[in-house]
Amino acid sequence: MGQLNIKKQPKQYDVVIVGSGAGGGMASYVLSKAGLKVCLIEAGPMYDPAKNVTQLKGPWESPRRGASTKFRPFGDFDACYHGWEIEGEPYTHAPGTQWDWWRARMLGGRTNHWGRISLRFGPKDFKRRSIDGLGDDWPIGYEDVKPFYDKVDKMIGVFGTNEGLENDPDGFFLPPPKPRLHEILIKNGATKAGVKVIPARLSILTKPLPDNKDRKGCFFCSQCSRGCQVYADFSSSSVLVKPAIATGNTDVIANAMAREVLTNKEGLATGVSYINKDDLQEYQVQGKVVILAASACESSRLMLNSKSQRHPNGISNSSNVVGKYLHDSTGAGMGGYIPGLFGRKRYNEDGVGGMHVYSPWWLDNKKLDFPRGYHIEYGGGMGMPGYGIGMGTEKMNGKYAVNGKKKEAGGYGASLKEDIRYFYGAGVGMAGRGEAMALESNYCEIDPGVVDKYGIPVLRFNVKYSSYEINQAKHMKETFREIMHEMGAVITWGDDATAENDYGLETPGKIIHEAGTARMGNDPKKSALNKWSQAHDCKNLFVVDGAQFVSQADKNITWTILALSMRASEYIIDELKKNNI
Amino acid sequence: MDRRKSIKALIMGTVSTSVLLEACKDSNTKIAVKPEAVNTAGLNYDRTPEELADYKKLMTDKFFTDDELATISILADIIIPKDEVSGNASEAAVPAFIEFIVKDMPYHQTPMRGGLRWLDLQCMKRYDKGFKDCSQQQQIEMVDLIAYPEKAKGKPELTQGVVFFNKMRDLTVTGFYTTQMGVKDLGYLGNTPNQWNGVPDDVLKQYKVAYTEKELKECVSFT
Repeated sequence: MGQLNIKKQPKQYDVVIVGSGAGGGMASYVLSKAGLKVCLIEAGPMYDPAKNVTQLKGPWESPRRGASTKFRPFGDFDACYHGWEIEGEPYTHAPGTQWDWWRARMLGGRTNHWGRISLRFGPKDFKRRSIDGLGDDWPIGYEDVKPFYDKVDKMIGVFGTNEGLENDPDGFFLPPPKPRLHEILIKNGATKAGVKVIPARLSILTKPLPDNKDRKGCFFCSQCSRGCQVYADFSSSSVLVKPAIATGNTDVIANAMAREVLTNKEGLATGVSYINKDDLQEYQVQGKVVILAASACESSRLMLNSKSQRHPNGISNSSNVVGKYLHDSTGAGMGGYIPGLFGRKRYNEDGVGGMHVYSPWWLDNKKLDFPRGYHIEYGGGMGMPGYGIGMGTEKMNGKYAVNGKKKEAGGYGASLKEDIRYFYGAGVGMAGRGEAMALESNYCEIDPGVVDKYGIPVLRFNVKYSSYEINQAKHMKETFREIMHEMGAVITWGDDATAENDYGLETPGKIIHEAGTARMGNDPKKSALNKWSQAHDCKNLFVVDGAQFVSQADKNITWTILALSMRASEYIIDELKKNNI
Repeated sequence: MDRRKSIKALIMGTVSTSVLLEACKDSNTKIAVKPEAVNTAGLNYDRTPEELADYKKLMTDKFFTDDELATISILADIIIPKDEVSGNASEAAVPAFIEFIVKDMPYHQTPMRGGLRWLDLQCMKRYDKGFKDCSQQQQIEMVDLIAYPEKAKGKPELTQGVVFFNKMRDLTVTGFYTTQMGVKDLGYLGNTPNQWNGVPDDVLKQYKVAYTEKELKECVSFT
C-alpha cells in the first residue's frame, strides 16, 4: 500500500446518515424534503428494483433454479445482496453462545429482504414492565408514536383491516387481498383451535396510492422478495431514498463502509469517517448532525469503535449500555401437507408477496409460563416451482393413494410424473414470531483481537435464550400441531421439538429482527438515547434503527423503525431551527 | 406476438420483460414494466460482480466425465420419460442441470460419483457390463432393485444403491420441474401480471368453503 491519506469531502452537510434501510431512508426522505442537505452513506452498491431485476423470471432462468447461495441465502432471485456471511467481514461469538447476523449490503439495506409485514406496536408493547414487572418501559407510549404510524401508513401504504384489537391498533389500511384456498382452510382450522386469524398487514399497494405517481399498484406476482419493478411494495431504496435524491438535497455515497463517528473537543459529532470499498481510500464527511441507521448491531459497533477523550468508552456510552439488551424475534415453525388438496385444480393463486392472513397474539400471558406473546405467519399453496420441488417424493407416494391408486414408495417413470403433479400445491406451513426478553446479559461487544479486512474491529456476540423464550417456542409448537390437526393436515416437518433442542426455537439472530443495542430511556445511566432517539452524551448524534428499541414486541419492527425515524427527523428539523443542535 | 415465437424468444433470452408482458396479457390489465438492464455471462437477471465471477468459474469447471454424464442421461430419462403431458429429462436438459448443480453444491459430488460407480460395479457383477452398456431390459432390472426403498429394506447389498437412486431421483425431478417444460407440465399458472380476485367459485364449491361477508366487503376485488 502506498501512502495513506485521509480525504475530506469539501461539502459541509447539515446531516450525515449512516445506512439507507428503513431508518436511514426515512430520515433522508424527511430531512431532504425539509430542505436540509443530507449525505447518506451506504456500505453496499446502488440498487433500484426497476433496473436490478430478478422479478418475473422463471425458475429455468437461474442455472441453480432459484436455490440459495452464500451471496443470496434466501434464494438466487432474492433481491438482497449478502446475508449471513460476507467475505472479509467476520464476526465472532463468546464460547457457548449463538447469534446469526444478517447483513444486507446495498441501497435500501434490509428492506430489500423483509416480508413487508407492517405491524404497529400496541399500547401495551411500550409499557411491558408496568404490566409484568420484567424488562423496562419505553420512555414514550403509543400515543407518542401513533401520529407517525398514521403518517407512515398514508405515505408508504399498507393493506389490512381495522379489527378494533386492543394491542394491535387500527390504522389507515388499503384493502387486503382475499385469502387463498389454503388460507381459508387454515383460518377454519385455527378458529377451531381457538386461534384468531385476520387479514395480514403488509406494505404492498393493493391499490395505487392517491398522491403518488412514482409507484403503481400491485400486479400480484407474489415476488416482493425479489424487489418490485413498479415499486408496488415498500423498500427503502425505491420509496424513500429515490425521492430523497430527487429533491436535490440528498447525496448518496455508495460502497462506503463507515469507520467512526468523528467528534470535536467538546465531544460533539462533526461527521463520519469511512473507507471507500472501490478505491480503498479513507474519507471524512462533515455534518452538523450525525444519524446512525446501520442496523442495531452495526450502529452499536460504530458507536463502540468511536472512542475519543470525551467518549473513552465509545461515543455516547457513559451508561455502558451500548451493545447490551440485544434481542431478536423468536421463531419456530411447522408444516406439511393438506391431503384434501391433492390433485387440486390449477389456477393462478400467486397473490401478493406473502401471506394474506395472519394471527396476532391472542392469549393472556398471565396464565402462561412465558411473559410475552407471538404472532403466527402462514404459507403454502401453488407457488412457483423452484429448486427442491419434487424432492423426497419417495416419502409421500407410498403413503397416499395417487388418483385412487395405492403405490409402492419411490419408483420412476410416467407413474412418478403423475405423483409429482398430484402432490403439487398441497403444502402448508406456519411460523411463530415472538417477543424475546431484552436482557442486559445478552450483548455484542468489540472483539479485542479481530478486525475486518478494512481494519475495523468486529463484533463479538454473547447471546443466550432463557426459559421464557424456550417455553414460548414449546407453546408455539403445541399450537401449530393443533391447527394442523384441526385443518386435516399431515405434519412432515417441525414436529421434532423436545427439551433437548429447545423445542425447535431458532438460533437468536436468525429471524433478522435485531434490536435493543442503544436503547432509549429517561435515565442517562441506563440508556444511550433519550426519547427523541438522541444520544444522551452527544446532542447532535441520533440513532434511528432498531438499536433504539427498549423491547420489540411480538411485531415485526420495520413499521416502528419508520415511525420513530420520522419522529426523530422532525425533531431534528425543529431543534436545528431553534439552534439547539 | 405469436406464442411460439415468444417462447423461443424467452428461451433465447432476446426479449425484454415488457414485450413479454404485452404478449402474455390475459386481461385488460395494463402494466408498464421497464425493460431490465442487459446482463453479462448470458444470465438474464440481476447479478453482483461477485456472483458473475462465481458463475463464470462454475461454467469453466467440468465435474462429470463423459461416461458418467452418459449414465446420468440414461437414468434421468428412466426417471422422467416422455408421456402424454411432457417430454423426457434429456429434452429438458436435465443432465446439464445436474452437472451444474453438483458444482454449485459440492456436497452432491461424492455421493453422485460414488453412486454411479456403485451402479456400474453392480452391473459388472450381474451382467458383465457397466450400466450404460447394459441392455434396456437389464438397466430396468437394475433400477427396479434400487428404486423402491421399502422393497429394498433388509437387503444390505442394495442400501447404498437406494440412497444413490433417491438422490438421482431428487435431482432429476427438481431439474425437470423447474424447466419451462416441467413448469407447464405441473400447471403452474402464475409468474405473470394479473389481478387476484380470490379463489374461483367452482373451487370454493368443490371444497365446501366460502368467503365471509366481512371478507367480501373488505377485500380488494377487480371487475
